[in-house]
Amino acid sequence: MAKQALSFTVNDEAVEVLVQPWDTLLDALRERLGLTGPKEGCGTGDCGACTTHVDGKPVASCLMLAIQARGRTVRTIEGLGRLGALHPLQEAFVRHGVPQCGFCIPGVLMAAAALLAENPRPTPEEIRYGIAGNLCRCTGYTTMITAISEAATAAAR
Amino acid sequence: MKRFEVIQAGNVEDCLRALAAHGPEAKLLAGGTDLLPQLKNGLLAPRYVVDLSRVARLRTIDLDGGRGLRVGAAVTARELELDQGVRARYPALAESGALVGSVQVRNLATVGGNLCNAAPSADMAPPLLALEAEAVIAGPRGERRVPLSSFFTDVRRTVLAPDELLLELVMPAPGPRSGGNYLRHTPRRELDIAVVGVASQLTLSDGVCARARIALAAVAPIPLRATAAEQALEGRPITTELIQRAAGLATEAARPISDQRGSAEFRRHLVGVLTRRTLTTALARARS
Repeated sequence: MAKQALSFTVNDEAVEVLVQPWDTLLDALRERLGLTGPKEGCGTGDCGACTTHVDGKPVASCLMLAIQARGRTVRTIEGLGRLGALHPLQEAFVRHGVPQCGFCIPGVLMAAAALLAENPRPTPEEIRYGIAGNLCRCTGYTTMITAISEAATAAAR
Repeated sequence: MKRFEVIQAGNVEDCLRALAAHGPEAKLLAGGTDLLPQLKNGLLAPRYVVDLSRVARLRTIDLDGGRGLRVGAAVTARELELDQGVRARYPALAESGALVGSVQVRNLATVGGNLCNAAPSADMAPPLLALEAEAVIAGPRGERRVPLSSFFTDVRRTVLAPDELLLELVMPAPGPRSGGNYLRHTPRRELDIAVVGVASQLTLSDGVCARARIALAAVAPIPLRATAAEQALEGRPITTELIQRAAGLATEAARPISDQRGSAEFRRHLVGVLTRRTLTTALARARS
Protein backbone atom coordinates (compact mmCIF):
# COMPACT_ATOMS: atom_id res chain seq x y z
CA MET A 1 0.00 0.00 0.00
CA ALA A 2 1.80 3.03 -1.28
CA LYS A 3 1.31 6.63 -0.44
CA GLN A 4 -0.66 8.53 -3.03
CA ALA A 5 -0.12 12.01 -4.40
CA LEU A 6 -2.90 14.42 -3.49
CA SER A 7 -3.16 17.62 -5.53
CA PHE A 8 -5.62 20.20 -4.33
CA THR A 9 -5.97 23.88 -3.54
CA VAL A 10 -5.47 24.89 0.05
CA ASN A 11 -6.01 28.49 1.12
CA ASP A 12 -5.69 29.72 -2.50
CA GLU A 13 -2.44 27.81 -3.12
CA ALA A 14 -2.08 24.75 -5.34
CA VAL A 15 -0.38 22.06 -3.25
CA GLU A 16 0.67 18.45 -3.69
CA VAL A 17 1.28 16.13 -0.76
CA LEU A 18 1.77 12.42 -0.27
CA VAL A 19 -0.94 10.82 1.83
CA GLN A 20 -1.78 7.33 3.02
CA PRO A 21 -5.11 5.93 1.80
CA TRP A 22 -6.41 5.98 5.39
CA ASP A 23 -5.34 9.56 6.16
CA THR A 24 -8.28 11.88 6.77
CA LEU A 25 -8.38 15.35 5.27
CA LEU A 26 -7.74 16.61 8.81
CA ASP A 27 -4.60 14.39 9.06
CA ALA A 28 -3.31 15.74 5.74
CA LEU A 29 -3.89 19.37 6.73
CA ARG A 30 -2.33 19.03 10.18
CA GLU A 31 0.39 16.43 9.71
CA ARG A 32 1.46 16.93 6.09
CA LEU A 33 0.81 20.65 5.58
CA GLY A 34 1.34 21.95 9.12
CA LEU A 35 -2.03 23.67 9.19
CA THR A 36 -2.92 23.08 12.83
CA GLY A 37 -5.85 25.51 12.94
CA PRO A 38 -8.38 22.72 12.35
CA LYS A 39 -8.39 20.56 15.50
CA GLU A 40 -9.19 16.95 16.21
CA GLY A 41 -11.73 16.99 19.05
CA CYS A 42 -13.91 13.91 18.84
CA GLY A 43 -12.81 12.44 15.52
CA THR A 44 -16.39 11.34 14.84
CA GLY A 45 -18.02 14.48 13.42
CA ASP A 46 -19.79 15.53 16.60
CA CYS A 47 -17.75 18.49 17.92
CA GLY A 48 -17.03 20.68 14.87
CA ALA A 49 -13.44 21.54 15.93
CA CYS A 50 -12.14 20.26 12.55
CA THR A 51 -14.60 22.31 10.45
CA THR A 52 -13.00 23.12 7.10
CA HIS A 53 -14.47 24.45 3.86
CA VAL A 54 -14.37 22.10 0.87
CA ASP A 55 -15.53 23.82 -2.32
CA GLY A 56 -16.95 26.53 -0.05
CA LYS A 57 -19.03 24.18 2.11
CA PRO A 58 -18.26 23.49 5.76
CA VAL A 59 -17.47 19.83 6.42
CA ALA A 60 -16.14 17.76 9.29
CA SER A 61 -12.62 17.18 7.90
CA CYS A 62 -12.15 14.26 10.33
CA LEU A 63 -14.82 12.31 8.40
CA MET A 64 -13.39 12.80 4.92
CA LEU A 65 -10.50 10.80 3.52
CA ALA A 66 -7.69 13.05 2.31
CA ILE A 67 -7.70 11.60 -1.18
CA GLN A 68 -11.39 12.48 -1.53
CA ALA A 69 -10.17 16.10 -1.60
CA ARG A 70 -8.25 15.53 -4.86
CA GLY A 71 -8.83 18.52 -7.16
CA ARG A 72 -11.00 20.31 -4.62
CA THR A 73 -10.66 23.74 -3.06
CA VAL A 74 -10.06 23.68 0.67
CA ARG A 75 -10.00 26.57 3.11
CA THR A 76 -8.91 26.39 6.73
CA ILE A 77 -8.87 29.06 9.41
CA GLU A 78 -5.33 29.91 8.23
CA GLY A 79 -6.89 31.12 4.96
CA LEU A 80 -9.83 33.00 6.44
CA GLY A 81 -7.87 36.14 7.36
CA ARG A 82 -4.27 37.18 7.87
CA LEU A 83 -2.44 38.98 10.65
CA GLY A 84 -3.14 42.64 10.04
CA ALA A 85 -6.07 41.78 7.79
CA LEU A 86 -8.38 39.67 9.91
CA HIS A 87 -11.76 38.52 8.65
CA PRO A 88 -14.63 40.66 10.06
CA LEU A 89 -15.72 37.65 12.09
CA GLN A 90 -12.27 37.34 13.62
CA GLU A 91 -12.27 41.09 14.42
CA ALA A 92 -15.63 40.72 16.14
CA PHE A 93 -14.44 37.63 18.07
CA VAL A 94 -11.43 39.62 19.35
CA ARG A 95 -13.57 42.64 20.24
CA HIS A 96 -15.98 40.50 22.26
CA GLY A 97 -13.30 38.34 23.86
CA VAL A 98 -14.98 35.21 22.50
CA PRO A 99 -12.04 32.78 22.71
CA GLN A 100 -11.54 31.33 26.17
CA CYS A 101 -9.41 28.19 25.86
CA GLY A 102 -9.62 28.72 22.09
CA PHE A 103 -9.74 25.08 20.98
CA CYS A 104 -13.16 25.31 19.32
CA ILE A 105 -12.68 28.76 17.81
CA PRO A 106 -11.20 27.85 14.37
CA GLY A 107 -14.12 25.50 13.76
CA VAL A 108 -16.69 28.00 15.00
CA LEU A 109 -15.25 30.73 12.77
CA MET A 110 -15.31 28.46 9.70
CA ALA A 111 -18.92 27.46 10.43
CA ALA A 112 -19.87 31.11 10.97
CA ALA A 113 -18.09 32.23 7.79
CA ALA A 114 -19.99 29.58 5.81
CA LEU A 115 -23.25 30.70 7.41
CA LEU A 116 -22.70 34.37 6.52
CA ALA A 117 -21.66 33.49 2.96
CA GLU A 118 -25.03 31.78 2.52
CA ASN A 119 -27.16 34.04 4.69
CA PRO A 120 -25.56 37.48 5.19
CA ARG A 121 -28.15 38.68 7.74
CA PRO A 122 -28.98 35.69 9.96
CA THR A 123 -31.32 36.01 12.93
CA PRO A 124 -29.93 34.96 16.34
CA GLU A 125 -31.94 31.75 15.91
CA GLU A 126 -30.30 31.09 12.53
CA ILE A 127 -26.88 31.78 14.04
CA ARG A 128 -27.54 29.25 16.81
CA TYR A 129 -28.64 26.72 14.18
CA GLY A 130 -25.59 27.54 12.00
CA ILE A 131 -23.11 26.81 14.79
CA ALA A 132 -25.11 23.94 16.32
CA GLY A 133 -22.44 21.53 15.08
CA ASN A 134 -19.70 23.24 17.09
CA LEU A 135 -19.20 22.40 20.74
CA CYS A 136 -17.48 24.86 23.10
CA ARG A 137 -16.35 23.22 26.35
CA CYS A 138 -15.91 26.71 27.85
CA THR A 139 -19.61 27.27 26.98
CA GLY A 140 -18.88 30.68 25.46
CA TYR A 141 -21.86 30.57 23.12
CA THR A 142 -23.52 33.86 24.10
CA THR A 143 -20.55 36.02 23.09
CA MET A 144 -20.14 33.97 19.90
CA ILE A 145 -23.69 34.73 18.84
CA THR A 146 -23.25 38.43 19.67
CA ALA A 147 -19.98 38.62 17.73
CA ILE A 148 -21.35 36.77 14.66
CA SER A 149 -24.43 38.98 14.67
CA GLU A 150 -22.27 42.11 14.91
CA ALA A 151 -19.96 40.99 12.09
CA ALA A 152 -23.01 40.36 9.89
CA THR A 153 -24.46 43.78 10.69
CA ALA A 154 -21.11 45.50 10.02
CA ALA A 155 -20.74 43.73 6.67
CA ALA A 156 -24.26 44.78 5.66
CA ARG A 157 -23.49 48.47 6.27
CA MET B 1 -7.29 3.46 11.69
CA LYS B 2 -6.44 -0.01 10.37
CA ARG B 3 -4.83 0.14 6.97
CA PHE B 4 -6.82 -0.24 3.78
CA GLU B 5 -6.53 0.52 0.11
CA VAL B 6 -8.82 3.06 -1.52
CA ILE B 7 -10.31 2.43 -4.95
CA GLN B 8 -11.56 5.69 -6.40
CA ALA B 9 -14.40 4.81 -8.75
CA GLY B 10 -14.98 7.10 -11.72
CA ASN B 11 -18.23 5.49 -12.77
CA VAL B 12 -20.72 2.77 -11.82
CA GLU B 13 -18.81 0.13 -13.81
CA ASP B 14 -15.68 0.82 -11.74
CA CYS B 15 -17.69 0.28 -8.57
CA LEU B 16 -19.18 -2.99 -9.79
CA ARG B 17 -15.77 -4.25 -10.93
CA ALA B 18 -14.27 -3.46 -7.52
CA LEU B 19 -17.17 -5.16 -5.74
CA ALA B 20 -16.95 -8.21 -8.03
CA ALA B 21 -13.25 -8.54 -7.23
CA HIS B 22 -13.34 -7.75 -3.50
CA GLY B 23 -17.05 -7.79 -2.45
CA PRO B 24 -16.85 -9.22 1.09
CA GLU B 25 -13.53 -7.46 1.79
CA ALA B 26 -14.69 -4.08 0.48
CA LYS B 27 -16.78 -1.29 1.97
CA LEU B 28 -18.42 1.45 -0.06
CA LEU B 29 -17.60 5.04 0.92
CA ALA B 30 -19.98 7.86 0.03
CA GLY B 31 -20.14 10.62 2.65
CA GLY B 32 -18.18 8.68 5.26
CA THR B 33 -20.13 9.98 8.24
CA ASP B 34 -21.09 6.46 9.34
CA LEU B 35 -18.16 4.57 7.78
CA LEU B 36 -15.23 6.66 9.05
CA PRO B 37 -16.20 6.40 12.75
CA GLN B 38 -16.53 2.61 12.33
CA LEU B 39 -13.14 2.40 10.61
CA LYS B 40 -11.61 4.48 13.39
CA ASN B 41 -13.02 2.45 16.27
CA GLY B 42 -12.18 -0.85 14.59
CA LEU B 43 -15.78 -2.01 14.25
CA LEU B 44 -15.00 -2.42 10.54
CA ALA B 45 -11.64 -3.39 9.06
CA PRO B 46 -12.10 -3.79 5.28
CA ARG B 47 -9.10 -4.35 3.02
CA TYR B 48 -10.59 -2.10 0.35
CA VAL B 49 -12.64 1.07 0.52
CA VAL B 50 -14.43 1.97 -2.71
CA ASP B 51 -14.92 5.73 -2.94
CA LEU B 52 -18.18 6.63 -4.70
CA SER B 53 -17.98 10.36 -4.16
CA ARG B 54 -16.96 11.12 -7.74
CA VAL B 55 -19.46 8.95 -9.59
CA ALA B 56 -21.57 11.55 -11.41
CA ARG B 57 -24.63 9.31 -11.81
CA LEU B 58 -24.89 8.94 -8.04
CA ARG B 59 -24.66 12.68 -7.44
CA THR B 60 -27.72 14.02 -9.30
CA ILE B 61 -31.21 15.13 -8.31
CA ASP B 62 -33.63 14.92 -11.27
CA LEU B 63 -37.24 16.12 -11.05
CA ASP B 64 -37.99 14.57 -14.45
CA GLY B 65 -40.06 17.52 -15.69
CA GLY B 66 -42.42 17.17 -12.71
CA ARG B 67 -43.24 13.50 -13.35
CA GLY B 68 -41.26 12.13 -10.46
CA LEU B 69 -38.04 12.33 -8.52
CA ARG B 70 -34.75 10.52 -8.98
CA VAL B 71 -32.19 11.01 -6.23
CA GLY B 72 -28.70 9.60 -6.69
CA ALA B 73 -27.45 7.53 -3.76
CA ALA B 74 -24.54 9.92 -3.12
CA VAL B 75 -26.69 13.08 -3.00
CA THR B 76 -26.04 14.74 0.35
CA ALA B 77 -28.55 15.51 3.08
CA ARG B 78 -27.71 19.19 2.64
CA GLU B 79 -28.44 19.06 -1.10
CA LEU B 80 -31.87 17.56 -0.40
CA GLU B 81 -32.47 20.16 2.32
CA LEU B 82 -31.69 23.07 -0.03
CA ASP B 83 -33.01 21.85 -3.41
CA GLN B 84 -35.90 24.14 -4.37
CA GLY B 85 -37.75 21.46 -6.34
CA VAL B 86 -37.48 18.90 -3.54
CA ARG B 87 -38.59 21.47 -0.97
CA ALA B 88 -41.61 22.46 -3.03
CA ARG B 89 -42.86 19.03 -4.09
CA TYR B 90 -41.31 16.55 -1.66
CA PRO B 91 -41.13 18.62 1.55
CA ALA B 92 -41.02 15.60 3.89
CA LEU B 93 -37.82 14.44 2.20
CA ALA B 94 -36.24 17.91 2.39
CA GLU B 95 -37.22 18.07 6.06
CA SER B 96 -35.55 14.74 6.81
CA GLY B 97 -32.37 15.95 5.08
CA ALA B 98 -32.36 19.05 7.28
CA LEU B 99 -32.47 16.92 10.44
CA VAL B 100 -29.42 14.71 9.86
CA GLY B 101 -26.55 15.86 12.09
CA SER B 102 -24.96 19.30 11.88
CA VAL B 103 -24.34 21.28 8.70
CA GLN B 104 -20.77 19.93 8.68
CA VAL B 105 -22.20 16.40 8.65
CA ARG B 106 -25.09 17.16 6.25
CA ASN B 107 -22.60 18.40 3.63
CA LEU B 108 -21.06 14.90 3.67
CA ALA B 109 -23.83 12.46 4.68
CA THR B 110 -25.71 10.90 1.77
CA VAL B 111 -29.19 9.50 1.26
CA GLY B 112 -27.71 6.18 0.09
CA GLY B 113 -25.57 5.95 3.20
CA ASN B 114 -28.54 6.71 5.42
CA LEU B 115 -30.53 3.87 3.81
CA CYS B 116 -27.73 1.31 3.36
CA ASN B 117 -26.59 1.62 6.98
CA ALA B 118 -30.17 0.62 7.72
CA ALA B 119 -30.39 1.98 11.23
CA PRO B 120 -33.98 1.61 12.51
CA SER B 121 -33.84 5.38 13.19
CA ALA B 122 -32.69 6.43 9.67
CA ASP B 123 -34.36 9.82 9.14
CA MET B 124 -34.63 9.62 5.35
CA ALA B 125 -36.37 6.23 5.36
CA PRO B 126 -39.88 7.34 6.51
CA PRO B 127 -40.37 10.10 3.92
CA LEU B 128 -39.05 7.85 1.14
CA LEU B 129 -41.35 5.02 2.28
CA ALA B 130 -44.29 7.43 2.40
CA LEU B 131 -43.42 8.64 -1.12
CA GLU B 132 -43.36 4.98 -2.28
CA ALA B 133 -39.77 5.20 -3.47
CA GLU B 134 -38.06 2.32 -5.22
CA ALA B 135 -34.39 1.51 -4.79
CA VAL B 136 -32.51 1.05 -8.08
CA ILE B 137 -29.74 -1.45 -7.47
CA ALA B 138 -26.86 -2.31 -9.82
CA GLY B 139 -25.12 -5.68 -9.75
CA PRO B 140 -23.18 -8.05 -11.97
CA ARG B 141 -26.41 -9.22 -13.64
CA GLY B 142 -27.67 -5.72 -14.40
CA GLU B 143 -30.05 -3.42 -12.59
CA ARG B 144 -33.03 -4.33 -10.46
CA ARG B 145 -35.68 -2.28 -8.67
CA VAL B 146 -36.82 -3.01 -5.15
CA PRO B 147 -39.64 -1.11 -3.42
CA LEU B 148 -38.13 0.59 -0.38
CA SER B 149 -40.73 -1.26 1.72
CA SER B 150 -38.82 -4.49 0.87
CA PHE B 151 -35.31 -2.98 1.02
CA PHE B 152 -34.67 -3.32 4.76
CA THR B 153 -34.47 -6.86 6.14
CA ASP B 154 -33.34 -6.33 9.75
CA VAL B 155 -31.38 -3.93 11.97
CA ARG B 156 -28.45 -2.79 9.78
CA ARG B 157 -29.39 -5.33 7.07
CA THR B 158 -30.70 -4.74 3.56
CA VAL B 159 -31.38 -6.79 0.43
CA LEU B 160 -28.07 -5.62 -1.08
CA ALA B 161 -25.68 -8.44 -1.93
CA PRO B 162 -21.93 -7.87 -1.38
CA ASP B 163 -21.46 -7.33 -5.13
CA GLU B 164 -24.36 -4.89 -5.46
CA LEU B 165 -24.59 -1.12 -5.27
CA LEU B 166 -27.52 1.20 -4.54
CA LEU B 167 -27.67 3.61 -7.50
CA GLU B 168 -30.64 5.83 -6.82
CA LEU B 169 -34.10 6.24 -5.37
CA VAL B 170 -36.96 6.85 -7.78
CA MET B 171 -40.50 7.85 -6.88
CA PRO B 172 -43.59 9.12 -8.67
CA ALA B 173 -44.64 12.75 -8.23
CA PRO B 174 -47.31 12.94 -5.50
CA GLY B 175 -49.59 14.88 -7.87
CA PRO B 176 -51.77 17.95 -7.29
CA ARG B 177 -53.40 18.54 -3.90
CA SER B 178 -50.72 16.51 -2.14
CA GLY B 179 -48.77 17.34 0.96
CA GLY B 180 -46.19 15.66 3.17
CA ASN B 181 -44.33 16.22 6.41
CA TYR B 182 -41.58 14.52 8.44
CA LEU B 183 -41.11 15.05 12.15
CA ARG B 184 -38.99 13.27 14.71
CA HIS B 185 -38.60 13.49 18.44
CA THR B 186 -35.13 14.01 19.92
CA PRO B 187 -34.29 15.14 23.46
CA ARG B 188 -32.13 17.93 22.03
CA ARG B 189 -32.74 19.77 18.80
CA GLU B 190 -29.46 19.09 16.98
CA LEU B 191 -26.97 16.25 16.60
CA ASP B 192 -29.25 13.58 17.94
CA ILE B 193 -30.80 10.33 16.83
CA ALA B 194 -34.55 9.99 16.46
CA VAL B 195 -36.37 8.43 19.41
CA VAL B 196 -39.27 8.17 16.94
CA GLY B 197 -39.66 9.57 13.41
CA VAL B 198 -42.92 9.81 11.44
CA ALA B 199 -43.56 10.84 7.83
CA SER B 200 -47.05 11.42 6.44
CA GLN B 201 -48.02 11.95 2.82
CA LEU B 202 -51.60 12.79 1.73
CA THR B 203 -53.35 13.35 -1.58
CA LEU B 204 -56.84 14.87 -1.69
CA SER B 205 -59.50 14.48 -4.36
CA ASP B 206 -63.10 15.80 -4.32
CA GLY B 207 -62.94 16.61 -0.63
CA VAL B 208 -61.80 13.17 0.46
CA CYS B 209 -58.42 11.57 1.10
CA ALA B 210 -57.49 9.76 -2.11
CA ARG B 211 -54.21 8.41 -0.79
CA ALA B 212 -52.53 8.30 2.59
CA ARG B 213 -49.07 7.01 3.41
CA ILE B 214 -47.63 6.97 6.91
CA ALA B 215 -44.17 5.62 7.73
CA LEU B 216 -42.45 5.19 11.07
CA ALA B 217 -38.79 5.06 12.15
CA ALA B 218 -37.16 3.80 15.34
CA VAL B 219 -40.17 1.76 16.47
CA ALA B 220 -39.24 -1.62 14.93
CA PRO B 221 -36.11 -3.41 13.62
CA ILE B 222 -36.80 -1.76 10.25
CA PRO B 223 -38.63 1.42 9.18
CA LEU B 224 -42.24 0.48 8.44
CA ARG B 225 -45.55 1.69 7.02
CA ALA B 226 -48.63 2.08 9.23
CA THR B 227 -51.04 0.53 6.71
CA ALA B 228 -54.11 0.25 8.97
CA ALA B 229 -53.85 3.97 9.70
CA GLU B 230 -53.50 4.69 5.96
CA GLN B 231 -56.62 2.64 5.15
CA ALA B 232 -58.63 4.41 7.84
CA LEU B 233 -57.96 7.73 6.09
CA GLU B 234 -58.45 6.76 2.45
CA GLY B 235 -61.85 7.47 0.86
CA ARG B 236 -62.99 9.71 3.71
CA PRO B 237 -63.02 13.46 4.34
CA ILE B 238 -60.16 14.16 6.75
CA THR B 239 -61.37 15.55 10.05
CA THR B 240 -59.62 16.14 13.36
CA GLU B 241 -61.38 13.05 14.70
CA LEU B 242 -60.23 10.90 11.78
CA ILE B 243 -56.63 12.08 12.22
CA GLN B 244 -56.90 11.13 15.89
CA ARG B 245 -58.14 7.68 14.89
CA ALA B 246 -55.32 7.21 12.39
CA ALA B 247 -52.81 8.26 15.06
CA GLY B 248 -54.19 5.55 17.33
CA LEU B 249 -53.90 2.91 14.57
CA ALA B 250 -50.31 4.01 13.81
CA THR B 251 -49.51 3.54 17.51
CA GLU B 252 -50.72 -0.07 17.22
CA ALA B 253 -48.41 -0.66 14.23
CA ALA B 254 -45.33 0.27 16.26
CA ARG B 255 -43.30 -2.54 17.83
CA PRO B 256 -40.76 -0.50 19.79
CA ILE B 257 -38.11 -1.60 22.24
CA SER B 258 -37.01 0.19 25.39
CA ASP B 259 -33.48 1.54 25.32
CA GLN B 260 -31.46 4.49 26.64
CA ARG B 261 -33.28 6.85 24.28
CA GLY B 262 -36.77 6.02 25.45
CA SER B 263 -39.07 3.31 26.77
CA ALA B 264 -41.37 1.34 24.48
CA GLU B 265 -44.36 3.02 26.14
CA PHE B 266 -42.90 6.50 25.51
CA ARG B 267 -42.18 5.59 21.88
CA ARG B 268 -45.75 4.40 21.31
CA HIS B 269 -46.99 7.67 22.78
CA LEU B 270 -44.68 9.60 20.43
CA VAL B 271 -45.96 7.69 17.38
CA GLY B 272 -49.46 8.92 18.18
CA VAL B 273 -48.37 12.53 18.72
CA LEU B 274 -46.11 12.71 15.66
CA THR B 275 -48.63 10.95 13.41
CA ARG B 276 -51.28 13.49 14.41
CA ARG B 277 -48.91 16.42 13.85
CA THR B 278 -47.51 15.22 10.51
CA LEU B 279 -51.00 14.41 9.17
CA THR B 280 -52.22 17.86 10.21
CA THR B 281 -49.29 19.58 8.44
CA ALA B 282 -49.55 17.29 5.39
CA LEU B 283 -53.27 18.14 5.14
CA ALA B 284 -52.63 21.88 5.36
CA ARG B 285 -49.96 21.56 2.64
CA ALA B 286 -52.25 19.48 0.42
CA ARG B 287 -54.96 22.15 0.74
CA SER B 288 -52.69 25.12 0.07
